[in-house]
Amino acid sequence: MSNTKKDLISQLQKDILLWEGFTPPAAGKANGLGLGPLEAAFPNGVFPTGTIHELICPTPETAAATGGFTAGLLAALMQHGGACLWISTSRRLFPPSLMAFDVTPDRMIFIDVQREKDVLWVMEEALKCKGLAAVIGEVRDISFAQSRRLQLAVESSKVTGFLLRNDPRKLGTTTCVARWQITPLPSILEDELPGVGFPRWQVDLLRVRNGNPGSWQLEWTNGGFTPVTETAKVVTLPQRKAG
Amino acid sequence: MEKRFVSLWFRHLTTDWLTLRRPELKATPFVFAASVRNRMVITSANILAEAGGITAGMAAADAKAIVPDLQVIDEIPGQADKLLKALGEWCIRYSPLIAVDLPGGLLLDVSGCAHLWGGERGYLNEIVTRLISKGYDVRGAMADTVGTAWAVARFGRTKPIIEPGKQVDALLLLPPAALRLEAVILERLQKLGFYTIKSFIGIGRTALRRRFGQELLLRLDQALGNEEEPIQLLQPVEPYTERLPCLEPIRTATGIEIAVKTLLEKLCLRLQGEGMGVRTAILKGYRVDGHLIQAAIGTNRATHQVSHLFKLFELKIPTLEPALGIELFTLEAPKVEEVEPEQEVLWSPEGCGLEDLSLAELLDRLANKIGAGNIHRYLPQEHYWPERSIKPALSLKEKPATKWRTGRPRPSLLLSRPERIEVTALIPDYPPMLFIYKDKVHHVKKADGPERIEREWWLEQGEHRDYYQVEDENGQRYWLFRSGHYGGDHSKQWFIHGFFA
Repeated sequence: MSNTKKDLISQLQKDILLWEGFTPPAAGKANGLGLGPLEAAFPNGVFPTGTIHELICPTPETAAATGGFTAGLLAALMQHGGACLWISTSRRLFPPSLMAFDVTPDRMIFIDVQREKDVLWVMEEALKCKGLAAVIGEVRDISFAQSRRLQLAVESSKVTGFLLRNDPRKLGTTTCVARWQITPLPSILEDELPGVGFPRWQVDLLRVRNGNPGSWQLEWTNGGFTPVTETAKVVTLPQRKAG
Repeated sequence: MEKRFVSLWFRHLTTDWLTLRRPELKATPFVFAASVRNRMVITSANILAEAGGITAGMAAADAKAIVPDLQVIDEIPGQADKLLKALGEWCIRYSPLIAVDLPGGLLLDVSGCAHLWGGERGYLNEIVTRLISKGYDVRGAMADTVGTAWAVARFGRTKPIIEPGKQVDALLLLPPAALRLEAVILERLQKLGFYTIKSFIGIGRTALRRRFGQELLLRLDQALGNEEEPIQLLQPVEPYTERLPCLEPIRTATGIEIAVKTLLEKLCLRLQGEGMGVRTAILKGYRVDGHLIQAAIGTNRATHQVSHLFKLFELKIPTLEPALGIELFTLEAPKVEEVEPEQEVLWSPEGCGLEDLSLAELLDRLANKIGAGNIHRYLPQEHYWPERSIKPALSLKEKPATKWRTGRPRPSLLLSRPERIEVTALIPDYPPMLFIYKDKVHHVKKADGPERIEREWWLEQGEHRDYYQVEDENGQRYWLFRSGHYGGDHSKQWFIHGFFA
């Protein structure tokens, strides 16, 4: 009895997902973004493309980490030769750094506008353009109505959007499918070698629609995300002496 | 096709204008005067003053003696020229080819225009009566050549429209001055008793040339149509132009939209036939009140798609002010290029690249709203200096000339200007132990470097930079540099330049 009930519920859940636009991955077509165990948190176990993701970056350091993490996702999204738009009011992203995440910087188009309002206008226009790999907008604040406009735009075009919330004043409700926060973690080098290691982040999935929020540690090594198993331990620099 | 010209002559151009501006002067005789060799000389007089016997060239003092209540007004330099230009632009509704004909005249190339106003008589009548109703004292004439039209407008007594090929008959009874000759030649003709053109037109050309020079023959030939006479157009006609005169003045946004669509369809049909596409286009609206409003668009790649170009203009329509209405729309394409044929993609790949049409169209829309200067794409440049390592790409098609450099770590975020930090650096050429950025102390736990980047001496002078990639106790990674060699005063030497992912 209980078994049939469970089946019923899981079938219903699947149906609801389907109605909400989450299609299960086609057989034999693995279109994951290489996030490893993190992808299990999403509905159907697939990173949702064609929607809007919101990434919170309260400080410049987290913004840098978020930039790196987003670039890693873009590498997968842009591998079929798409172009990408980056919209902001005060851009600090350094294009050559994208090379480290396997993104060709000359396929990225940067749009610098004066006002936050224009960022949202440009972003909505860009999200309507079918075939773009991704659209990234740096906005400080966004209202629910504004995020709904963006959501409506992506629903028909299936473009993936990223909202980078730099130094947000208020974290209200949005229509975004997931809310992330990326914070840098101390890097670890093998055998306690001196120097700075691969970029390593604490990836917090604060909210995800129809999924399970959670927290993971990821490292960018050899052109891909690698989950970190052992907890990062702070190692002290070996004492250096002059001479 | 036979050429037809209209010559308009404004007999009292500047005085009429002033009467329009100051209606109280309508009943008073007044003149414009300019100082010539410390003498006020009359340059133009209104009808009332002329009735009193005052002509241009007279001294103002003499004129005042003849007409005691004469008002003398200082001449505004260049006013006549400006007025003629404005009137010429107004006349563009009758013909696109207008030239200013100093002094005091306009020339219209009206070949093939007259039938739109129901024949030549109706056409000329319309122009002259409209100008007279505005308040300008104007005479007009139409003929096959500029010279004859000019002569008949100024000296003609009977009919203003000279039928094609009848220039000789029209000129015979006119004085030699109707041929636009220099004063010296006119004086000589007068002296010899040639009071009309009829009296010397039959004389042999060699004799005329010997006595009066080449100019007389040239002017005669031009008037008769044996010699081409170029006119300098007020608004050179763009090769790709479409016009849309409106039956009623257009005052609504919907009306403008329809006009833009109609014009674009006409223009694009022509461009398609020639395999060309628009790069820039200008929409001009001639308003009832004589003002000209315009909106310009630009595209990233040549296109002749009506729907796309219309979308670009659609964004500009709210900026157009029709006021009392727009009488005439013109659409010009000053810059056209060959369209690269778009290959139909049967099996479209996932995602559109930079070459994709829809991306170009999106960028056009954005550029027309926020300005093309705000859209950037970067290409690598062969410089190690971080600020110079990228350069803006000129077009979407431009490919990187060199490879992107990957050997050295570069920060995700780069500050546009390096910011000064306080450091504790005890050992020369070692990364600092701690640094203070924005009042926060960061203890350096791990570090890489230094990576020394020299200034390029052929570009600028200054200290080199020693870059360190450092990580603090929270795992936040920074890009710091020391400007110049290790010295005693750290406070002015250390900067933060970026944040690593």
